[in-house]
Parts: sequence; C-alpha cells; structure tokens
Amino acid sequence: MKSITQMLVMMILVVGFGSAVEVLRPRGVPLSKRQFYEEDKPFTCLDGSRTIPFDRVNDDYCDCKDGSDEPGTAACPNASFHCTNSGYRPTFIPSSRINDGICDCCDTTDEYNSGAKCENTCRDLGRKEQEVLQKMAEITKEGFLLKQQLIQEGKNGQQEKQNKLNELQNSKKELEEKVEALRTTVKETAEQPEKEAKERHLKAWEEQKAAVQAEKDKNKMAEAFLELDDDADGLVSVVELQSHMELDSDADGSVSEAEAQALLGGVDRVDTAAFESVWSNIKDKYVSESQPVDAAPADATPEEIKEPVTDNDSDQYPNDEDLPEEEEDEEDEDDDYPEEDAPPTARTPEKKDENEEAMPPYDDATQALIDGAQKARENFEESERALRDMDDQIRNIEKEISFDFGPEGEFSYLYSQCYELTTSEYIYRLCPFNRVSQKPKYGGSETNLGTWGTWAGPESNKYLVMKYEHGTGCWQGPNRSTTVKLTCGKETVVTSTSEPSRCEYLMEFITPAVCQEPSSTDPQRNHDEF
Amino acid sequence: MFSFLLFRMGLLLGLCVFFLLGGVWAVDRGNFKTCNQSAFCKRQRALKPGQSSYRALLDTLELSDSRLTLQLINDNNKVHLLLELYRLQGNITRVKINELKPLKPRFEVPDVLIGEPPTEPLSVLSRDDNGLVLSLGVESQRLIVSARPFRLDIMEGPEVLLSLNSRGLLAFEHLRLRGGKDKEEDGLWEETFKSHTDSKPNGPTAVSLDFSLPGVEHVYGIPEHADNLKLKTTDGGEPYRLYNLDVFQYELYNPMALYGAVPVMLAHNTQRTMGIFWLNAAETWVDISSNTAGKTVFGKMLDFVQGSSETPQTDVRWISESGIIDVFIMLGPKPSDVFTQYASLTGTQSFPPLTGLAYHQCRWNYNDQDDVKAVDEGFDQHDIPCDFIWLDIEHTDGKRYFTWDPHKFPQPKDMLQGIKDKRRKMVAIVDPHIKVDSGYKIHNEIRDKNFYVKNKDGGDYEGWCWPGNSGYPDFTNPEMRAWWASMFAYDQYEGSMENLYTWNDMNEPSVFNGPEVTMHKDAMHGHWEHRDVHNLYGLYVQHRATAEGQIQRSGGTERPFVLTRAFFAGSQRYGAVWTGDNAAEWDHLKISVPMCLSLGLVGISLCGADVGGFFKSPSAELLVRWYQTGAYQPFFRAHAHLDTPRREPWLFGPENTALIREAIRQRYALLPYWYQQFYQAHKTGQPVMRALWVEYPKDTATFTIDDEFLIGRDLLVHTVTEEGARGVTAYLPGLGEVWYDVHTFQKHNGAQNLYIPVTMSSIPVFQRGGSIIPRKVRVRRSSECMENDPYTLFVALSPQRVAEGELYIDDGHTFNFQTKKEFIHRGLSFVNNVLTSKNLCPESNFSTKSWIEKVLILGASKPSKVTLKMDGKETSVDFEFDASMSVLTLRKPGMNAGADWAVVLL
Repeated sequence: MKSITQMLVMMILVVGFGSAVEVLRPRGVPLSKRQFYEEDKPFTCLDGSRTIPFDRVNDDYCDCKDGSDEPGTAACPNASFHCTNSGYRPTFIPSSRINDGICDCCDTTDEYNSGAKCENTCRDLGRKEQEVLQKMAEITKEGFLLKQQLIQEGKNGQQEKQNKLNELQNSKKELEEKVEALRTTVKETAEQPEKEAKERHLKAWEEQKAAVQAEKDKNKMAEAFLELDDDADGLVSVVELQSHMELDSDADGSVSEAEAQALLGGVDRVDTAAFESVWSNIKDKYVSESQPVDAAPADATPEEIKEPVTDNDSDQYPNDEDLPEEEEDEEDEDDDYPEEDAPPTARTPEKKDENEEAMPPYDDATQALIDGAQKARENFEESERALRDMDDQIRNIEKEISFDFGPEGEFSYLYSQCYELTTSEYIYRLCPFNRVSQKPKYGGSETNLGTWGTWAGPESNKYLVMKYEHGTGCWQGPNRSTTVKLTCGKETVVTSTSEPSRCEYLMEFITPAVCQEPSSTDPQRNHDEF
Repeated sequence: MFSFLLFRMGLLLGLCVFFLLGGVWAVDRGNFKTCNQSAFCKRQRALKPGQSSYRALLDTLELSDSRLTLQLINDNNKVHLLLELYRLQGNITRVKINELKPLKPRFEVPDVLIGEPPTEPLSVLSRDDNGLVLSLGVESQRLIVSARPFRLDIMEGPEVLLSLNSRGLLAFEHLRLRGGKDKEEDGLWEETFKSHTDSKPNGPTAVSLDFSLPGVEHVYGIPEHADNLKLKTTDGGEPYRLYNLDVFQYELYNPMALYGAVPVMLAHNTQRTMGIFWLNAAETWVDISSNTAGKTVFGKMLDFVQGSSETPQTDVRWISESGIIDVFIMLGPKPSDVFTQYASLTGTQSFPPLTGLAYHQCRWNYNDQDDVKAVDEGFDQHDIPCDFIWLDIEHTDGKRYFTWDPHKFPQPKDMLQGIKDKRRKMVAIVDPHIKVDSGYKIHNEIRDKNFYVKNKDGGDYEGWCWPGNSGYPDFTNPEMRAWWASMFAYDQYEGSMENLYTWNDMNEPSVFNGPEVTMHKDAMHGHWEHRDVHNLYGLYVQHRATAEGQIQRSGGTERPFVLTRAFFAGSQRYGAVWTGDNAAEWDHLKISVPMCLSLGLVGISLCGADVGGFFKSPSAELLVRWYQTGAYQPFFRAHAHLDTPRREPWLFGPENTALIREAIRQRYALLPYWYQQFYQAHKTGQPVMRALWVEYPKDTATFTIDDEFLIGRDLLVHTVTEEGARGVTAYLPGLGEVWYDVHTFQKHNGAQNLYIPVTMSSIPVFQRGGSIIPRKVRVRRSSECMENDPYTLFVALSPQRVAEGELYIDDGHTFNFQTKKEFIHRGLSFVNNVLTSKNLCPESNFSTKSWIEKVLILGASKPSKVTLKMDGKETSVDFEFDASMSVLTLRKPGMNAGADWAVVLL
C-alpha cells in the first residue's frame, strides 16, 4: 500500500530580499491557493463538486473530479503540481509527472518517491536565465535604439517616396500635356505639310511620268505606223492591218476586212494623223513585229529565284533545332520592327517597279518638311516613352508605399534588400517583401520557396512572422512556402533555415525592427508568483 | 514506407512511363503478374476438375509407427511420387508428396516449423484393392486413401470433413532434362515478364492440389491481401496470390499479392473449424470456389425450406511454383484448437516488451537530432503519451544502414540519451539491401565473406534500391544471419544504445528494377533458387538475423522489438508486422481491421496499420478516427510519407489534439490488458485481435463481420471509420450475455445490433459481462513511467453476477519471465459477491510496487458493507454506489497487485 508520509511539506521560500519565511501547505499547492487547503477542516473540491475529509487530500486517491484533492500525487489525471523552484521560476507540471522517474522541477520536488536521482538545478538555471535575460536586454536595448533609427529612416524614406510620388504625379500631368501637344504638333504642324509636299512631289513626278509615257507612246505609235505601213505609202491600209493576227477581235483566227476596217475607224486607210485614234484602239493588243512575244514577265524572275533560296536557308537546320532558330528569327523581327514602321523613304517606289524610272529625290524643301515631321514624331515618341517610364516609377513607388512595413514603418529598410544564408548544401536567399529562394551551392537552378504573402504572426503581434507562399510546386505535394520568424537583434541576418515539413520551409531572421521597447522596470524578473 | 520513390528512381532508371502516371492514384497493375502472366499458374489453372491421372500403388505401402508411405503414379507419364502421411499430436494430419526419385532434391521449407512435429501412432483399420482406411488417433476420425484415382478423405463418424484431390487437381511437375519428349511449351524453360526474363534452368516444377470442404461456406486467412476477412470465391477472377511484393499504392478489395504471405487457410462452420497449412515458400496462388456462392439469400432459404439435398461446399486449390507438397491439416474442432495446432507447428507470437504495445511516433523522416528533440518535447508540451520515436531511411549516411548521417545525426548517442532520459525509446530502420560501395564496411564484409545472394551467372546479385546499386545478403545462410546479428552489438553498430530498436523494411525483398519490383527468381541462395525461397526471405531478415542480434547485444536478457513488412508463416515468433504503405483514405482505415484480423487468424498478433495513412494527407477528422482505431489495434504507430505535411498529434488545433490525446490515453490505460493478452498469445497462440466468430463460432451473424473486433475475449471494439458518421451499428454477440459501454458503463444485451450515436470523441468499446479487466488509469508520458502505478480493476458482471479475469505483471522487458519465472500471474474472479485474487502460477516469483487503487463493479447492487480480507486480517473498504448505472466503486482498497486477497460485498 502506498501511503504518503509527507502530506504537508515545509517550504522555505525566498521572498523579497532574501529573508526566509516558512510556509506550510500541502505538497503541490501554490501559495496562491493555500487558503483552500486548511488542515483539520473538510476540504471542498475547488470545483465545489464535493467535500471530503482533509485526510483525503494528497492521500494518493482521486476524489475530486477536478483533481484538486491531489495536488501532490499522480492520482488524478487532470491535476497539476506546483514546483516552487526557488532561485528560478515557479511552474506547474501535470501531476502525471510526479514520481515518474524524470526530473521535471528544478527543485526536485516532483520526484519525492520515485528513486530518481534529481539535483536541484534552480540556482544554475536562474543564473543562466539571468545571463540570457541580461544579454537579451542589452540586445533589445540596442536593437530598440536601432529600430528608432529605422523608424526615422523609414519615415524619411516614406516621406521622400511620397514627395517623389507627388512630384512624379505633377510632372506626369505636365508630361501628359506635352505629349498631347506634341501629338497635335506632329499631326497638324509637321505631318500635314509633309503630306502635302510629298503629294505635290508625287503629283509632279506622276505628271512627268505621264509626259514621258505619252512621248514613249507617241514614238511607239510612229514605229508601229512604220511597221504597219508595209508598202511605205504613208498610209496604213486594211490589208496591212490584216497581217496582225493579234488584232483578231472576234477571235475567229483571222482579221477580216471588216474587222480591220472597223479598227481603222470605218475607212480603208489612215495616215499618221488619223492613226493616232486607231493606235489608241489597238496599242494594247499590238505586237511589234521586231519584239519576241513572251518577253513581258521577265522582270518577275529574279525575285522568284531569290525567295526559295531564303526558304532553303532555314530548311537546312534539322527540325529539332527549330527553337533557337525561331528565337533568332524573333529577335530579327524585333529588330526589323522599327524599320517597317518607319515612314516611307524615297527608295520605296523604286523597289516596287524596276521597270519604271525611280522617283526623283525630294526637292530640298520637301525633304526639309519630311525631316521636320520625322523629328516631330521622334519627339512625340520620346515624350510618350518618358510618360510610360514615369507611370512605371509611380506604380513602383505606389507599390512600395502600399506594403505594410509595420506600425511605424520599421520594416521598410528591408525592402529591395536580400539576405543570404549558406548551408552545407544550399544558398538560401531572403528578399523581404519579395521572395525566398534556394540555390544549390554547387551549381543548379534556383528554386522559388515562396513569394511575399502576408504578415502571419500571432494576434498579439503579427509582425513577428512573415509568410511567403506559392513557390515552386512539389511533386504530389503543395507549392513550396516559407515561414520567416523574426526575432530581435542588432544585426539584420538570416540565422537558420530548415524544412520541418516537406516543402514547408522555416527561416529564422534577426532584425532590430522587431525589438520591443525595454520595460522601464529592471529586467530581472520576479521569482515569485505572488 | 515506400516505393513511392520509385518515381524518382524511375527517372534515374529511365522508367519515365511512371512519371506519366504520376497523377493516377492507384497501383500500377501492369507491374504485377496476373495468373495468366505467370506461366505455371496459367498452366495449372488450365487443368480442369475431372478424373485424376494419379493412382496409389497400394502394394508400396509402408507403415511404421507414425509414418505411412505409399507411392503414387501418374498414369500419363509414369512418374512415381512418394506420399507420406503423418498423424501429428494435437489433431493434425500431415500430407507430404514429393517425387520418388527427383533428378535432384526439391526444396523443402526449413526454419518455419519450430521442430519436427511430434507424431502419434497411425494404424490401418482396413484395406482392400480400392484403398485403405487409417485410424486417426483416438477420436472417431479416419483417413481414407482411395487408390484409383488417388484421393484422400478425412472423416469423422459418417461425415467427410475434408477431401484431397477429390476434384483431381493434383499435379506435380517432375524435374526433367531439357529437350526431352515434352514439346517446348511456352514458359516451361524460360519466361519473360515485361523486360525481365526468368531463365528457369530447372524447367517446370510446379505443384498443385485441391481440397474440398463439405459443409463449409466460410474460409479465412491466407494473408496478406487488402481484402475482407471472409475470403471470396475466385471463379472467373484472379486467384488470391501469395508472393511477397513491394506494391506501390496498393488497391483495396482485390486478391493481389502484398508484402507478406502466410499460406494458412481456416475453414469454419457452426460445427467445426479447420485449418490448411500449405508449407511452401514459392510463389503460390489459391483458388476458391463454392457451390453456394452464386446463390441468393432467398435461394439458400428455399433450399432450406425444401430440404434441398445439396450441402454447401467450398473447394480450394493451391498452386505453387516449386518445392513439394507439404500440407498440415489442422482439424480443430474449435477455433482455439486450430490456433493451438498451428502454434504447435510454427510457434507463437513473440512476447513484445511492454513498451512495444504503447504508442509509436514515426515519420519519413524526422529531419535531424533537433527535430527528434522537438518532437519528443512536443509530446510533453501537449501532455500526450509516447514511447517511441522512429527514424526512417534518411537518418543514415547515404542509405548505408547501421550508420548515421554525419550532419543531421552527428551525435546519435546524445540523442538516444535524451530520449532515454524521458524513459522513451527509438527505432532506426535497417533494410536488407546493402549499398555497393567499397567504402562501406558492411558491404565489404558481406562481399568478402561471400554472403551476398548470387545472380544466375554466379556473381553477386545486384539491384536498385534506396542507396542505388545494392547487394542483397543471403539471409537463408545461417552464417550470414549470425554475422548480421553480430552487427547489432553495441560496439559494432556505432551510435546505438539499449533503447534503440529496429525496423526491417523492404525485405520482400524490394528490388526497384527487378521483375515485379523484387528479386529475379533465378538468383541463387546457395544451391537453391530464389524461386524456392522467395516468401521466406523477409522472415529470415527479421528472424535470427535482426531479432537475434537484438537479443545477443543484451547478452540474451532483453526481449527484442523488430518491425517487419515482409513475413511468412512463423514470422510471429520474431516481432511486429504492419500493413505496409497504405494511404490517408477512409477505405484504408476500414481495411486495417480485416487485414489485421486475417493476420491474427494465422498467428501474427502484433499487427498494425500506419495511423493516418502513409501516402497522402489525412483530414483532421480522418486522422482523429484513425488514432481512435489504432489505439485499439495491437501495433499502434503513426507514420507519414516524406512528401506529406507534418502531422504530429498537436498540429490540428486544440480540439483535435485533445481528441487524439484522449485516444492515446485510453491505449495507455489499457496497457495492462494488452500486455496480458500478448502474454496469452505467447503462451497459447490465440490471437489478440480476434474476429468475432472466433469467440462466437456458432453465431452465423458473426461470420462475415470485419468492421468490429474483439481484443482478447473481453473487449469488443467498433470504432468509427466513416466520414461524418453520426452513429455506428455494432453487433453485440452472445445470446444471454451482456456488454458494458466502457465509457458510460451502460449495459446492453448480447445478440443484437446496437445503434450507437457518435460524436468526434466517441470510440465505441464494450466490455463483456463476466470479465475483469485491469487498467492503469494514471496515464503518464511513457509506459515505463507507469511501471509502479496502481491498478484499477473493472469488474463487469454477467447476468449470473459472476466475472473472471487475469492480471499479468513482469519487468516488462526481459526474458526473466521465461528463464527465471519472474512474473506475477493472478486469477481474478467474482463469485457470490466475493472478488478474489489468486496465484495462477505458484512457482513464479516477482514482486511489484503496484497496488490496487480502485475497483469498479459494473452491474452491481448496493452492498451494506465491503471488507477486504488479506493476510488473515479484515479491513473495511469505503465504497460508493451509482444507482443509475449500477456501478459500485471501491475506494482505495490498497492491496498489492501481487498479493492474495478477497473483497467481500455484504
């Protein structure tokens, strides 16, 4: 049979400034609850469920549903035991740890009947904790100072950004107006005269061409007249026309007398003057007697030959190497793009019809107008580009401003920074508010461990944890994600990374930005709970 | 764990087709053979029932005291076989058939039987030209040998219990020389499956035999299959296959082979239970057919009403690729008799250390020492008991077993000591594939000692597994096993300590690039082909190799704890088995019950499924339900795949943490009962987790139940395995019996279907009226911490107001219970209002600090006085009575758990 010989224990507590006071209470009861355990009076379970004789308190049998009758034994499954832990911090342990052979309380009071050899380590622990706390306090103090700087810098930075943004937004308006103005200028002031001058130039040239053509036509007619006038009588007769089969208008295989006569305007013969009207009827069909019939398409040939050559060029590469080819092609296209878009130059007509004579270069005045318009267009485009750049800048600043950099902007200094940690295998990289990545140390591609998601600390302070999400997917698993735990320190540095669960990373990150203001009281904590 | 990494390895091996199937969540059936793709199975199955070509040559009869031999001849090819018949003690008949003069010896399975089974005299009762009648011992049982065609019938009185070759399916492919008279049929001398060619130098060697079971409609056993407890007929489908395989993401409710094989089938009806033990370690297929399978319930009733003459009958046919026919027919008649008979042949369940029955926390993988420490602390922070933390393959240095990753586990002893300080233990995995690496001591020694399995050309067999290119030690070689065992010595296995135990995975063996993910059948184990020994390999790994190593390292004093994935008949002697790589799905939770029940029927009691499911990620609800179920199954281990999110019990919110904590606490409180059940299993071979029909063999309503089970005789468990369940319907067996809800103590009558409304905290468990169950309700952080804690006795009265139970106590971890009889074994009984404890084993000696703190008597009436009689003294005992539930609570009677005492209710 078990009997608990030591139901009441004498406890020596260090209170206040080291004066020893003896306090009697049942084993495992905290001083704060001492009044409920009065010797020689019946004990009422703390939940009020029943009252039992006091000798059933700590008698190693569970009478109260709430376990309150057995604070010093393991009899109740839901009870807890209070370790005073003089010299260190008092604590409660589940009563299942009483006499389980494992030292839980640093003052050894939980193992009073198990044979476990426990040493009182409270003073050691207290001292160590003290040291740690002091160190922490120092760090916190310095860190907090740094944080103030960060806050100030953040504020300045934020202000600068805001100023810059305002400035940009103002300039943007100006620029927008300028762009509008330029658009008008280009259209009305530069392009209109350019267009008119070009049209004039074109018209003049076309007139010139027409004149040349007319001259050519006339010569041709004269030649044709001479050719047709077989008997050289100065007249072209029906018979002479009949020898030209191409003039067979009813396509019956011969040029009849009537047909010929009709061509000659109803007469039998015409002279050179009258031939003019005849010529206009037959010139399209007429084939010179000295000219080969199939000479006409010759001008197309060079191009037809050339094109397949280019095709063959690309076909020379095996299919599976298409990709780089295509990429090159695309680049080429990109390069070509401005050219295609460029205004027509004097060269353009020349290219179209080699038979025709090239259009003469623009005269100086026209060319000046063209150059002027081109310049205006370039100005316009440049301004547009500037406007776009400005929009980008505005967006970037707006984005940056929109980040939650903490209640006082203390995290803003982390923006657009990156911090690395090299482990035995990988280089981890944390770019706050942007992304976390991992790269094998000895070559290999980078893996995205998550992009900035949200602050994810506890309700009391969400700024203690950052969450990066939607990184590279895992096979049959989730997308990689990283939780970054922030702790107070003087430096800004990643101290560790781990992968507690597959594809879920944990990163420890030290920054002054989370340092709390040191409490005004002495950092030495009070050992006693009362 | 595993072969999931096959996917990754697959890439290495260029098996990219795997990758394409990545989204499909199921076994790739194409990786495993059907009967049709296994040449011998196809060949044998093509043989249809009919007249057997075998004839008994009665004039060759030889009968010694206990052995009868007789030649059989195959009239088709004139090959002579030798039939041996033995009557074994304990109502077992052994039938052996081998070639009379084989070209060379055929493989006979060693090391599975615990010894040469003791025989009983056989005598010939009568004999004529048609056959002979043998007496089977003292009972009215006879064995009739019919000569033409050959068949055997075992009869009791006028009834035929079982017939052999009654359908003429005996087939024995004799050894022959290649190029003989036989035409070169496909698959006789070579066979190809996928890219693997089996050279088959011995040609066809299959054996097959049929068994008819008149009056039997229910057959069970032949694990391991992810299927119902009651075996199904295989007509028109695949036979049940027994071939130890690493099956990636196995499918449920089908007869495909899994990790282990026990060729034992139980046949049961209301009159009798029998067993067939087909002792053959080669690839084996089992066909089952039934003449009632197609009948509807109505049809069966019609037969009954009309007095239809056709008796229900189940026919079974066994087909093995090589070896001989060696069958043990266990004649029962009770289920418990069959268990005793089987245990007399292959031994009983090893008695695990108590801690092995507690909760195990596993994951592939705990990342490093800090992680292990954090998990250990997590259990304390959340006040959840835990005995073991497990380390999977990543703890090793590059999958070199017996080593530690120098970065992640640089100080294994510090880690183990930290765990030991919490009175907890660890398990580290040791797989049987050995990295081929000349810088690896284990490999070098195995190679130098010539201990590796050989390929068909005589070189060391190599295959792919976790470490990449690997050798496979020949565990069939006793010298190899002895050497392997010696590797567990503390000075050999660096970083190991006494609280480090072992897990043997991948011991089918798993060979990623082998045929069907296992070893080539033409690989050589000494003189024998892998074909002959395949299903034995896993047993050997776990066997005298690993378990023996653990025993040896302690100088023979400590009980080992070894978990294995592959197993065979006899594996129960060496440790625990789990159901392999299941998945976080409700159906997988459900199937854990019939899978472990089936193992229990064939001797393997220490069975469990990965709590939570190995593949995929469970919902909080599924995880909680799985803990609640696992807490009531023998081997209780949570495990998870590498790629799943963490799932330690406290990661699912405070409510679920509390639910899981409560489930694990229920397990710990019940550890005394579990321990006692395993002591019994070790002594008697009775299963711990029992199918209901085992205890209620005449109640046909129990015959197909596999969603609830018994622990021992006295606890009935019907856990919730349906998503969103509002209630479960449990069958409470036993006409005239009562069952008490263990949580509310409400009493229910037996022989009824009881609807039980459930909430998330419900774990429906009932204690049988008439039983006494000891618990330790002071649950602590590990079982070792609870060693000296007091007991609470739960006395559940039967309607006759009696109850009995036992209490077994020993040191929990040594063999002293066996070698020095250091144990306490008490018989507890409640009769005539007196509860007594008496010593069941007076020659035992052990003392305990544990005492009896409380006795609850369920179904009691209020006494006027309660007295304790002990040491000739009488003392009064305080009590309380709860009239609403009729529960009498005796307050702190206080007697030592090992003492004689009596408590009298007046």
